[in-house]
Amino acid sequence: MDWGSILSNTASWLISPETIAYALAALGLAVHFGYGGLLNFGMAAFMALGAYGYAISILTFGLPWWAGIIVGCLASVVFALILGIPTLRLRADYLAITTIAAAEIVRLLFTTQVFDSVTNSADGLGNYHAGFRAANPFPEGTYGFGPWTYNENGWWVRIFGICLLAVAALLVWLLMRSPWGRVLKGIREDEDAVRALGKNVFAYKMQALMVGGVFGALGGVVFALPSAVVPSVYVTSLTFFIWTILLLGGAATVFGPLLGAVIFWVIMGFLSNVLPALASSGFLPFMSTTQAATLRYILVGLALMLIVIFRPQGILGNKKELTFVK
Amino acid sequence: MSSSNAAPLKPVKSTGLHIGDAAPGVAKVDPIIIADNVTRQFGGLKAVDVEHLEIPRNAITALIGPNGAGKTTLFNLLTGFDKPDTGTWVFDGKQLNGVPAFKVARMGQVRTFQLTKALGLLTVLENMKLGSQKQKGEGIFASLIKPLWNKQEEEIEERALDILARFKLDTKKDDFAASLSGGQRKLLEMARALMSQPKLVMLDEPMAGVNPALTQSLLEHILDLKVQGMSVLFVEHDMQMVRHIADWVVVMAEGRVVAEGPPEDVMQNPAVIDAYLGSHQDVDLGVVTGRIAGEITSEVEDLLEEIDAETGVEHEIEQPPVVAPEKDEDSK
Ligand SMILES: Nc1ncnc2c1ncn2[C@@H]1O[C@H](COP(=O)(O)OP(=O)(O)OP(=O)(O)O)[C@@H](O)[C@H]1O
Ligand SMILES: [Mg+2]
Repeated sequence: MDWGSILSNTASWLISPETIAYALAALGLAVHFGYGGLLNFGMAAFMALGAYGYAISILTFGLPWWAGIIVGCLASVVFALILGIPTLRLRADYLAITTIAAAEIVRLLFTTQVFDSVTNSADGLGNYHAGFRAANPFPEGTYGFGPWTYNENGWWVRIFGICLLAVAALLVWLLMRSPWGRVLKGIREDEDAVRALGKNVFAYKMQALMVGGVFGALGGVVFALPSAVVPSVYVTSLTFFIWTILLLGGAATVFGPLLGAVIFWVIMGFLSNVLPALASSGFLPFMSTTQAATLRYILVGLALMLIVIFRPQGILGNKKELTFVK
Repeated sequence: MSSSNAAPLKPVKSTGLHIGDAAPGVAKVDPIIIADNVTRQFGGLKAVDVEHLEIPRNAITALIGPNGAGKTTLFNLLTGFDKPDTGTWVFDGKQLNGVPAFKVARMGQVRTFQLTKALGLLTVLENMKLGSQKQKGEGIFASLIKPLWNKQEEEIEERALDILARFKLDTKKDDFAASLSGGQRKLLEMARALMSQPKLVMLDEPMAGVNPALTQSLLEHILDLKVQGMSVLFVEHDMQMVRHIADWVVVMAEGRVVAEGPPEDVMQNPAVIDAYLGSHQDVDLGVVTGRIAGEITSEVEDLLEEIDAETGVEHEIEQPPVVAPEKDEDSK
């Protein structure tokens, strides 16, 4: 086994676009669930809308890359409105059910042949990179050291993603230390009590759904920036990876989602390297290398269960809160 | 009582609140709420059926009635937490039916809940600050810029600490509300409602589960509200307290207002005694059921006969075996 390459491959996940994208989406989910108590099980749809909004704006409408990002965000705001108007007045569990269903509808709309000319159905979209790469301030060449050596495009995507993530984290921090955040946390605890104090609960929940949704869409954009937009990515299991990250890091924290995303992808990266290597050197009998690679998804599921059972407040969560978890 | 010097131990009763005879639906000199024909049906059960009701301004009104009389349901309707089948009502000159709960609260009609709603994972102080109205920092864009709301936040905090001190919760200000005891949560909920500087405070059983010493200070808080110019409508089962602080009593039974009037008069009203206090209010029910050993007085015999007549069961009166009084099952 080549431990050097395993560790180097693993380390590269630290700042991969996937890690940044998942962290952004998990931050959005923190606004929804961690602070607002909104059970959104449709994060994949918000990400899909961001990614498709970006790609379609460029490919079909010829918009510049930054306008594509704005379109992606607007699409997720509209989606939040459509989702929220009928469900936010109902109990929290209705939102959960509706978001799962709505996310599947969104994915199927992008997969279906009907809109093939725009979405390219199941094959997805690609080759929208020119505009973004033209805006690259980094000169051509390969930079970095060790496992973090990328060409100018690789760096541009990563730096841009990290900047987006930093702005998003700052926004969440500013929001949650303010009276607005106080109302939102109050709604999480008991919305009737907050209503009785004269706060428009519906409006706050809608605003939270939109803010978190926009972060989800930005996650989708960052995910799409270096590669392609393929509908089969935005399945329900993507939503649950985001949930795993959120619960791992700590739901009602600003840095929990970031830490969670890093840990999640580093472990996933490590397992995807180490498991096939173990299988091929005979340490995992009864298993082919491909089977060994899928084993990691089983381990992720197991990890999610263990977190929820043994550390429901997450790594960065407040230990004191745990005493009062209902 | 620390800072409020206004609350006298002997409450000053407001009198002359009504016009004409004190009968259900009597007009008030200065009503803050006027409700007409308010009904709410749950399946076959008419939980609230109020033809006409006026709540006096700047007075303490008690709403009493047996369990299931529709008191909480009426609260829910008046505050917009539930929709009536029929009816209209006016609060402080404004038509309120159909107005959502949060707008009702903004107009100055604030309520507490029978089942206390403390916001568990917010601190006591945060709970209090949440009660304050018209906060600039509660708008999503303004919230991002602290200088816009910082000064107001400091004022709110000062006011919150002041009220907390009066409710003897100031030492708990940084604790999660979830860590408070049941009675402390009742206090917090009431204190939080006061943060909104309401015109009418509606308290659903504020005294339930609060110990006698605190009850006394709670009563003083309620009296103090009147001194500060607020109106109070509260639900309470303890007749002693109702007698003590209420200026006006409204009695509900089976959804209807069956009597109203000043406390002393209402307690004498046969309809009230029948509906609520029960005609056998002096009898210890433990003795009747044989759970507690006790003297079988003529009153107990009367009651037993009445029960037998209603259930059609023969009941032999015999001296129950002497047993130690059982512990009450669960008093929490
Ligand atoms: N949501 C509901 N659905 C069905 N029935 C209800 C509902 N809410 C209240 N009721 C019924 O309406 C009646 C009045 O209930 P309410 O809670 O108003 O009584 P209450 O006077 O507050 O009693 P208590 O003194 O026990 O608090 C009860 O018979 C109750 O069963
Ligand atoms: Mg009640």
